[in-house]
Amino acid sequence: MIDIIKLTAAQTAEKIASGELTAVEVTEAHLARIEATDEKVHAFLHVDREGALAQARAVDAKKAAGEELGPLAGVPLALKDIFTTVGVPTTVGSKILEGWIPPYDATLTRKLKEADVVILGKTNMDEFAMGSSTENSAYGPTGNPWDLTRIPGGSGGGSAAALAAFQAPLAIGTDTGGSIRQPAAVTGTVGVKPTYGGVSRYGMVAFSSSLDQGGPCARTVLDAALLHEVIAGHDPLDSTSIDAPVPPVVEAARNGSVAGMRVGVVKQFAGEGYQAGVVQRFNESVELLKELGAEIVELDCPSFDLAMAAYYLIAPSECSSNLARFDAMRYGLRVGDDGTKSAEDVTALTREAGFGDEVKRRIILGTYALSSGYYDAYYGSAQKVRTLITKDFEKSFEQVDVIVSPTTPTTAFAIGERTDDPLAMYLADLCTIPTNLAGNSAMSLPCGLAPEDGLPVGLQIIAPAMKDDRLYKVGAAVEAAFVERWGHPLLEEAPSL
Amino acid sequence: MPGITREEVAHLARLARLELKSEELDHFAGQLDDIIGAVARVSEVADQDVPPTSHPLPLTNVMRADEVRPSLTPEQALSGAPAQEQQRFKVPQILGED
Amino acid sequence: MTTFTELLSYEDALASYDPVMGLEVHVELGTKTKMFCGCSTELGAEPNSQTCPTCLGLPGSLPVVNAIGVESAIKIGLALNCEIAEWCRFARKNYFYPDMPKNFQTSQYDEPIAFNGFLDVQLEDGEIFRVEIERAHMEEDTGKSLHVGGATGRIHGASHSLLDYNRAGIPLIEIVTKPIEGAGERAPEVAKAYVAELREVIKALGVSEARMDKGQMRCDVNLSLRPNGTKEFGTRSETKNVNSLRSVERAARFEIQRHAAVLSSGGSIVQETRHFHEEDGSTTAGRIKDNAEDYRYFPEPDLVPVAPARDWVEELRGGLPEMPRVRRNRLREEWGVNEHDMQSILNAGAVDSIVATIEAGADSTAARKWWMGELARNANEQGVVVDELPITPAQVARVAALVAAGDLNDKLARQVIEGVLAGEGTPDEVVEKRGLKVVSDEGALGAAVDEAIAGNAAIADKIRGGKVAAVGALVGAVMKTTRGQADAARVKELILERLGVSEG
Ligand SMILES: [Mg+2]
Ligand SMILES: [Zn+2]
Repeated sequence: MIDIIKLTAAQTAEKIASGELTAVEVTEAHLARIEATDEKVHAFLHVDREGALAQARAVDAKKAAGEELGPLAGVPLALKDIFTTVGVPTTVGSKILEGWIPPYDATLTRKLKEADVVILGKTNMDEFAMGSSTENSAYGPTGNPWDLTRIPGGSGGGSAAALAAFQAPLAIGTDTGGSIRQPAAVTGTVGVKPTYGGVSRYGMVAFSSSLDQGGPCARTVLDAALLHEVIAGHDPLDSTSIDAPVPPVVEAARNGSVAGMRVGVVKQFAGEGYQAGVVQRFNESVELLKELGAEIVELDCPSFDLAMAAYYLIAPSECSSNLARFDAMRYGLRVGDDGTKSAEDVTALTREAGFGDEVKRRIILGTYALSSGYYDAYYGSAQKVRTLITKDFEKSFEQVDVIVSPTTPTTAFAIGERTDDPLAMYLADLCTIPTNLAGNSAMSLPCGLAPEDGLPVGLQIIAPAMKDDRLYKVGAAVEAAFVERWGHPLLEEAPSL
Repeated sequence: MPGITREEVAHLARLARLELKSEELDHFAGQLDDIIGAVARVSEVADQDVPPTSHPLPLTNVMRADEVRPSLTPEQALSGAPAQEQQRFKVPQILGED
Repeated sequence: MTTFTELLSYEDALASYDPVMGLEVHVELGTKTKMFCGCSTELGAEPNSQTCPTCLGLPGSLPVVNAIGVESAIKIGLALNCEIAEWCRFARKNYFYPDMPKNFQTSQYDEPIAFNGFLDVQLEDGEIFRVEIERAHMEEDTGKSLHVGGATGRIHGASHSLLDYNRAGIPLIEIVTKPIEGAGERAPEVAKAYVAELREVIKALGVSEARMDKGQMRCDVNLSLRPNGTKEFGTRSETKNVNSLRSVERAARFEIQRHAAVLSSGGSIVQETRHFHEEDGSTTAGRIKDNAEDYRYFPEPDLVPVAPARDWVEELRGGLPEMPRVRRNRLREEWGVNEHDMQSILNAGAVDSIVATIEAGADSTAARKWWMGELARNANEQGVVVDELPITPAQVARVAALVAAGDLNDKLARQVIEGVLAGEGTPDEVVEKRGLKVVSDEGALGAAVDEAIAGNAAIADKIRGGKVAAVGALVGAVMKTTRGQADAARVKELILERLGVSEG
């Protein structure tokens, strides 16, 4: 008998299309898995059992009626709790939105529904996507299925953990500074940050508007590509959405190859703070790329040294404004309204009670960076850094087709280890942030386990804007070579829960 | 770059409508001082003649036709309201002008 | 809650001080949809029935710019002789207020779409005063709050407020002048004339009805005084929401007198907002503008820059209508009226009605006569603008035609107009129903004339004796017996004929 939860999304869709499995069977298997494991993992904030089964039944009905099914019809998915969903709570991991049921669907939610993907529920995340460990969720941390005492990365730790725990073959994340890629790296899964503007942000609760980007998470490169194709594309409701055809990501994922490609290695993505096992697996990956026919080119991107500083000015600045709407007037939490207090006081009390520490820190930092007298030195300079980073990327992509780096400098750290040290926490995104600032695309995929702790290491592949297909072409080749070398997908080495 | 004081944090919290507790002011003042110390590096480029980037994409003129789209129903609009009255959002007294 | 405010007489104030003004006008555009979402802007809808995730500021929602909003902004900029930005952005103005769903206003900051222009305004005596325009930029309106539990529905003393966001996000163009200097004692008149002229321009462009009574156009009057002969500006006050032409003039005048009283007694002006009170034309203190106000403007990351193509701008420039002042001067010459009369026509809001009446066939004298006489008086009584009266220019033209043909005299024509306004039908129907026709039957008229002469022998003698002016009394007598339905000119002719006297 086949183990439904171990199937890839592509295999699952195929079996549903051929009639070997029904969507309801598949959905029930995953709901059962969630029920059995999520007490330990805590990947989900809300499981929409009824909604998922209804969607699955609709797929089976379509199939029975002889209608054509989409490439992911009936495949279950874990949706990060940052996308609005009609009738299903959306909290963004925050107390301030506890119990909020949106009256509208995000464009991404709508596209998933139209593609007959089965949405199992909403996954845990750092509050408002601010964090790299999912410990900032107001609803408690998520455990890393490789070691439940360790973080699953963040902010999209719930989505990555759901994949690694075989609770869903597909998940959605959002990536503002690495929130798709870093969780993918530390859980041994695949995550892609598409080109900024590639996936609509309409209905995705904003953290930092000029950096946020939704993207696919999966256990294989092909599955990520199939999901990418479903969620990407122009949306007239998002002014920053690109009005151009989606890069041919599925075709690329089916034709993995690096032969004749020039692959860049950036000098700045190395040095102090990089764990030895991470560096070792990264170097092996570079060797593998050479073996597969790629030419390795060393690159110098001096501006990348300022990326972290620029990011921690731009993201907080935008978030201080984006989160102003949570004021206890129209939706969400309201605290202190005893009939004597003013609206002003109720807003301040509610925000105090409803936001966690990291959110408050960033709101204050952003308010500071934008305030008169500091704007030029901070926000203005950060935007100049952004220009310099974009130029370093442009210069690099004149010489190479893609760039590779470790996704994150270390493997999953222990829950609680960095919670009192925001700066240490921020280091997790050292390698992922430049891509968000420049707006181009990047992927993380597993490249082995670190010898010292036996935890997954992620390889980051970075491509130019709107060349997302290159990520899949290179990723598929690397993935195939590694699986061949290991004799099985990396996740098979994860402990059973 | 100058450090950030407890009083500054209090002022910023007022601007951001956050009723911070006294111990939070101390806690955040210390942390924010460290963070600002670390991010102040960006001002290295303040004098460079580089245009700022506010948008990662070189898009311009994204506009929509002036055509009415369906609105939410008042029930949907008010569905998340902490309080409502007369089909309007009910909010505590506003300390405005006047 | 008007408090006693010390004022200096206007003459004394101007004897020592020179006023400098800045006028900020917000115009609500007449687009079908809001600035950043597709919600309808139709007036009078049920509360919160024209809202969506975007204009409610729901989490995850995003704005998309209304193309007609941008086009209207450019048209206004061009009409105000502004430069149009090659590239500009929206910015977020961050401050908390419950009527503003996102707690920031999407506006423009250091990159307005139009800047550096001017508007020439004509004062009552025909003098032209040039008001320099600093900028015109795009932004959005807020929701509307209803304050409950207080005595007067005002915010003060209310127990809570109720918010309706139908108006939130309606496109606004904010037009800001450069400091207006050199107007001297005419500053209040300049302020009023500027707002009046701006309103004409906006209406001519067709981008808004610019009804001040409906809040479609709102004015803030910033004013400061400096001692005569000095250059440096004094501290200004900002009088908010001055919402009629007359109020603009009164507010400026009041602030000149108030500032002068404070300054001449050795005091200093507080930089603050002021509220204008329609009842007595006074202003009272609002919020003090210290440096705590920090809007933390930054480029709106959810919108991309607006870069109006030059050929589009030129196309819009080519399509601009004749500007109101130019048009008025042309009409003034065509109609042969003086500056003062033209100004009265403008103030009555009757220019377009007169033009339409002429287009419908009336001659310009008659058209002006009816609109500025009978109809202006009627509108005034009812507190409406003439073009809101229930009579069309074509109907007025028909009345004029009936008079010209001798079918009606002025007195009868007034009755016809009265009937049309009362809803009795078209002019011809009123004539028919009320039986209003000039008596042109010479026999009947002759009999009435004979009767009048016989009954007023003394007056008739005077006329025979050369006092022709006395004929009026006999004409009056004839008109009385014919119940006004005679042609007075013909009656006069007949009387003089009968008495053997010739006129002049
Ligand atoms: Mg404004
Ligand atoms: Zn709307």
